[in-house]
Amino acid sequence: MKVLVPVKRVPDTAGEKSFDPNDRTVDRESVESVLCPVNEFAIEEAVRLKENHGAEVTVLLVGPESAQPVVRKALSYGLDAGLQITDDAIAGSDALGTARVIAKALEGQEFDVVLFGNQSTDARTCLVPAAVAELLGLPSLTYARHLEVGEGKVTVHREHEEGWDVVESTLPAVVSVVEAINEPRYPSFKGIMAAKSKPLEVSSLADLGVEPDQVGLANAAASVHEVRDRPPKEAGTIVEDDGSGSAAAQLADWMVEKKFV
Amino acid sequence: MAEVLVLIDHADGEPRKLSLQLLTAAKQLAEDSGDTVAAVWLGPGASDAAERLGSFGADKLYHWDSDDAYGYVTLPQVEALEAALEASGADTLFFASSNHVKDVAARLAIRVGAGVITDVTGLAPGDDGRLVATKEVFGGEKITESSVAADAKQFIGIASNAFAAEEDGSGAPETVALDVELSEAATAATVVSVEKVASADRPDIGEAAIVVAGGRGLGDESKFGLMEQLADVLGAGVGASRAATDAGWYPHRYQIGQTGRTISPMLYIGAGISGAIQHRAGMQTSQHIVAINKDPEAPIFQIADFGVVGDLNQVVPKLTEELTSRKG
Ligand SMILES: Cc1cc2nc3c(=O)[nH]c(=O)nc-3n(C[C@H](O)[C@H](O)[C@H](O)COP(=O)(O)OP(=O)(O)OC[C@H]3O[C@@H](n4cnc5c(N)ncnc54)[C@H](O)[C@@H]3O)c2cc1C
Ligand SMILES: Cc1cc2nc3c(=O)[nH]c(=O)nc-3n(C[C@H](O)[C@H](O)[C@H](O)COP(=O)(O)OP(=O)(O)OC[C@H]3O[C@@H](n4cnc5c(N)ncnc54)[C@H](O)[C@@H]3O)c2cc1C
Repeated sequence: MKVLVPVKRVPDTAGEKSFDPNDRTVDRESVESVLCPVNEFAIEEAVRLKENHGAEVTVLLVGPESAQPVVRKALSYGLDAGLQITDDAIAGSDALGTARVIAKALEGQEFDVVLFGNQSTDARTCLVPAAVAELLGLPSLTYARHLEVGEGKVTVHREHEEGWDVVESTLPAVVSVVEAINEPRYPSFKGIMAAKSKPLEVSSLADLGVEPDQVGLANAAASVHEVRDRPPKEAGTIVEDDGSGSAAAQLADWMVEKKFV
Repeated sequence: MAEVLVLIDHADGEPRKLSLQLLTAAKQLAEDSGDTVAAVWLGPGASDAAERLGSFGADKLYHWDSDDAYGYVTLPQVEALEAALEASGADTLFFASSNHVKDVAARLAIRVGAGVITDVTGLAPGDDGRLVATKEVFGGEKITESSVAADAKQFIGIASNAFAAEEDGSGAPETVALDVELSEAATAATVVSVEKVASADRPDIGEAAIVVAGGRGLGDESKFGLMEQLADVLGAGVGASRAATDAGWYPHRYQIGQTGRTISPMLYIGAGISGAIQHRAGMQTSQHIVAINKDPEAPIFQIADFGVVGDLNQVVPKLTEELTSRKG
């Protein structure tokens, strides 16, 4: 079994994020970057497929050269190989542009399952997995809270507002996972050491056969033309509960005044 | 005169609240530009819902009544919506920016050459005739304005509660049945069963006007009962912090935050939640924020419109009592 895990580099949530004032894309050099935390759940699921089915797992990242430590980080969980697509022309792509690059990279690989995160922690559009599936003509079993891969068949519990759908399809398939699917383990010391010498291939758009006019800021169908700070919030009313219940009464009054009751 | 399409997300034969908000938003924009609004209903139930959709702004209703819409994963909806897009010639599609619907939009966008903007909270017509969509990003720290390029269809995903749904008193829309022939690929992934575990009488946190959320400060699972009682007086949904879902006190589906759901209710009430940045990323765009926490230094108070410093075991039941008596 072969598994591909696309991972994203994101700014650390705890750091301050900023946009590049020139082209209004995210300024990724200004804050510390990390492996998107949602991808850790996909990686854990891939490691389980290794353990239970002997899967061979490749991690795939689309991003600048400086994102390479994120690929190594992903490898440190025990994955087998890395593939990074790096090209200046990719910068500023919209979600569908990013999906085009990922899909092209996947076309050059053999795989049974692609394991995405359901979202990223920065842009959070959730568009990439389904768009990639469409480009490859494959089923998109997204929002998986449970995954079973059998002989030529995959079963997923797709989380939704009211519960989940149990869905089944043939392989290969595109899957995205939600946090509820598992509890990721930490990389072992051995894994961290081994990651340094795992094969890592870096490809350009030309290597993949992607025309530069398919991707990038200038060709993005959706693009940002203005960024501003959210206006600061006025300080709220803070009351202390003295045990008499008057604080709850004040809150209830406020809620009535605001017409929530 | 062009048509704009509004994909109606529905459950148990009822349009979801967000879909009605979409219709009203589309109607208001369409009135300014002289366009008309066409709703799209996929799966059984269109004829029963038609009048209601009309009263919220739909001039026309495209429908495909087949059970296949939800019998297979995503693709039947994509193909039926593609048929609606063709029939109407629309350049603009509004959809609910919620999980499964985003998949439909993403796949269709690839097919027809569209740009997709998700989680939109504001819309205005731009100078070039394209829509200018406002989004609150990075947990509400920044506000962006985006547009779709002129040579692409614009697919606009709208966030919950950003627009008010208003009945305008119009009657039933003209209905048009869609002729859909599914491709072989569309039936490759089957829905074997649907597990509904959510309480049917409590709204989902994604669309609820009021959300009550509990965190680690609750101390144990049973205390979610306090939160549910408060929620039920208010007709609110119940959410949780990751500390609470990780502890197994409440299902992950209700986790609010960076790696859970993003909500934007009119009112968020958090109890026993410290307000970590990852939690704020999922609720900071709520229109009003109430915090109940015994630690006056908890970061959640920095974004609260109303904060109560106190023990939630006292404050929450008391609040429920006060609200019950005010409701009379
Ligand atoms: C604040 C903000 C808002 C944006 N809004 C929009 C918008 O409305 N519409 C739009 O088209 N674009 C938008 N973009 C651009 C878009 O975010 C990027 O194109 C991004 O590369 C992919 O989208 P995502 O992070 O939302 O991915 P998601 O679809 O949320 O990510 C899901 C999964 O896809 C995989 N993945 C995502 N990116 C990569 C990558 N680079 N390499 C490998 N795997 C990856 C990961 O497994 C990830 O968990 C926005 C960007 C920002 C910063
Ligand atoms: C990658 C990543 C992703 C994450 N994603 C999310 C996410 O999606 N959602 C999320 O919520 N978190 C997320 N987190 C976790 C986040 O960092 C916090 O750990 C979490 O939000 C804390 O939950 P809490 O506020 O319930 O608990 P705590 O931070 O422990 O706060 C509990 C609060 O309860 C108060 N309290 C205790 N007892 C009482 C009482 N009797 N009465 C009143 N108040 C009381 C305390 O004063 C305290 O402020 C993520 C973390 C990481 C690293």
